[in-house]
Amino acid sequence: MNHLPVLPILLPLITGALLVTLPRLGLNAQRFISLGATVAGLGLVLWLGSMVLEHGRLVYALGGWAPPFGIVLVPDRLSVLMLVLTATLAVPALIYACRGDDDAGAHFHALFQFQLMGLNGAFLTGDIFNLFVFFEVLLIASYALLLHGGGTARSRAGLHYVIINLIGSALFLLALGMLYGLTGTLNMADLATRISNAPQADQPLLQAASLVLLVVFGVKAALLPLLFWLPRAYTAAAAPVAALFAVMTKVGLYAMIRVFPLVFALDQPLAALTAWQWLWPLALATLALGGIGVLGATSLRNMTAYMVIVSTGTLMAIIALGSTEALAAALFYLVHTTLLTGGFFLFADLIARQRGAAGDYMVVTAAMKDRRTLGILFFFGAVALAGLPPFSGFVSKAWMLQASLAEGAAGIFWPLLLGAGFLMLVALSRAGSKFFWRQSPERDHDMRADRVRLACVIVLVGAGLVLSLAAAPLMDYTRSVAAQLMAPGDYVRAVHEAGLRLTGGH
Amino acid sequence: MEALYAIAVGVLTACGIYLVLRGRTFPVIMGLTLLSHGVNLFLFASGRLALAAPAVIGESADPTDPLPQALVLTAIVISFAMTAFVVVLALRAAVELRNDHVDGVDPEEDWRP
Repeated sequence: MNHLPVLPILLPLITGALLVTLPRLGLNAQRFISLGATVAGLGLVLWLGSMVLEHGRLVYALGGWAPPFGIVLVPDRLSVLMLVLTATLAVPALIYACRGDDDAGAHFHALFQFQLMGLNGAFLTGDIFNLFVFFEVLLIASYALLLHGGGTARSRAGLHYVIINLIGSALFLLALGMLYGLTGTLNMADLATRISNAPQADQPLLQAASLVLLVVFGVKAALLPLLFWLPRAYTAAAAPVAALFAVMTKVGLYAMIRVFPLVFALDQPLAALTAWQWLWPLALATLALGGIGVLGATSLRNMTAYMVIVSTGTLMAIIALGSTEALAAALFYLVHTTLLTGGFFLFADLIARQRGAAGDYMVVTAAMKDRRTLGILFFFGAVALAGLPPFSGFVSKAWMLQASLAEGAAGIFWPLLLGAGFLMLVALSRAGSKFFWRQSPERDHDMRADRVRLACVIVLVGAGLVLSLAAAPLMDYTRSVAAQLMAPGDYVRAVHEAGLRLTGGH
Repeated sequence: MEALYAIAVGVLTACGIYLVLRGRTFPVIMGLTLLSHGVNLFLFASGRLALAAPAVIGESADPTDPLPQALVLTAIVISFAMTAFVVVLALRAAVELRNDHVDGVDPEEDWRP
């Protein structure tokens, strides 16, 4: 058997364990190991991606135990998209951290690797209890990363974040207990078959389980009544950590589009699910709240945190439509928004470092040393983020508008999406003019921007341009991802055949 | 036995939720502990309750399902570790913020930074 599918989990695990068990390692050696492993991880997921493109879907049985009894990893097109996105975001974030942020507390690199392990595992697994375990791995790493560097703001945000996620984990277990009690299995493909054949008497409990899962994934993805932990946590976290957290909310979304179409909608349309019907109004409310939050933010970091909420609202609303085209558009937007908001968390830090005590708060202060470079970059980044042409934000937004028109949902969705985009534009213009145009007459700040840090921000913000230039291949790819997601029968068959192959061999 | 078990799970969960909604960190942590106890018992019961049925095949004619026990073990390990973590975090927050309110600010106290 080819062991490639498990390597994206093992590599960060071994690297992280190595970094913890070798405490006498100097910081430079830690940076070298961590960076090497993260770049190797990017190569690994690209290699895995080429294999998945060739075969459509791989099924890897851990320890050779046949599914549905053993745990399987099922890398498919969606997993590859998420894995590559995570690795692409992790490399610049880690390089940025290596310029000094990792020195603020112990074990930054080990925690970063464990976080990557949790993310990669969650994207690969085909077993729902294993999904819970990887959720815990990535959450435990994120608790510690959020507190990295210390300080009262982080302790405060950390308490909220940890407590709400612990309650989320308890609810996740509750849902899993219900599913296992009703079906006697935890393998997602097997669950799908058993749920589609479940007796009528079990339906209310299955529906309850699906709604509890919606709450759990809603906490992770920051859906409206469950999102109030996010702005404070993302504002307080160290910049590279916040950048990596940009992909964390997307894990909740990933779990939704992985679990609901497969497990609960094998033989019925996705839009007929009760949980899916809840998604649409909640998502629209999230979108509206995110737009208002962006406008009311007091610092650039805080504003970016609210932009994460806008992106969650947009993504949830568009996937709630349930059509293949809408899903494809959502996945394109997901790539765009993750890279751009991640880049903006780093950018806010870069600006804050040049403004002395004013930080990234929207107050007028003395001029920055690198105001021209940063100002031009901010202009392009803001245009890309707000969804104006010629950047990827525009491409994705136009596609989403088209998809919602085809579904007959344009009447509510268009004003909200365009309105949120407008509010983002207003807020970003306000921030830009405060940062770069209005200056108090004192002597200029004389801190220069660190070249490596600047390069990391340019790479992530530049992704907006690259994604719009290379939009056609990516759009084709997200279409094929959506088509694969909408045909859950193939997934079930692939896992079932792998099980037969393994038991037949003995 | 089922009714007693269900009542126990229900009471634990209800008390847990009540305590989690309190304003200070200590009751919240107690609430999290009770909630995770309730959930662990619930998870254990998902393999159905059976008397004198060991979870080992071959030991008796009618073995019980071993998987929920493995799941509960995983869940216990995680919730135990997380309780320890959140206790340390709450202590640290109490020292740094000079109060034990979950929001970091005590609304009943005239508190200045």
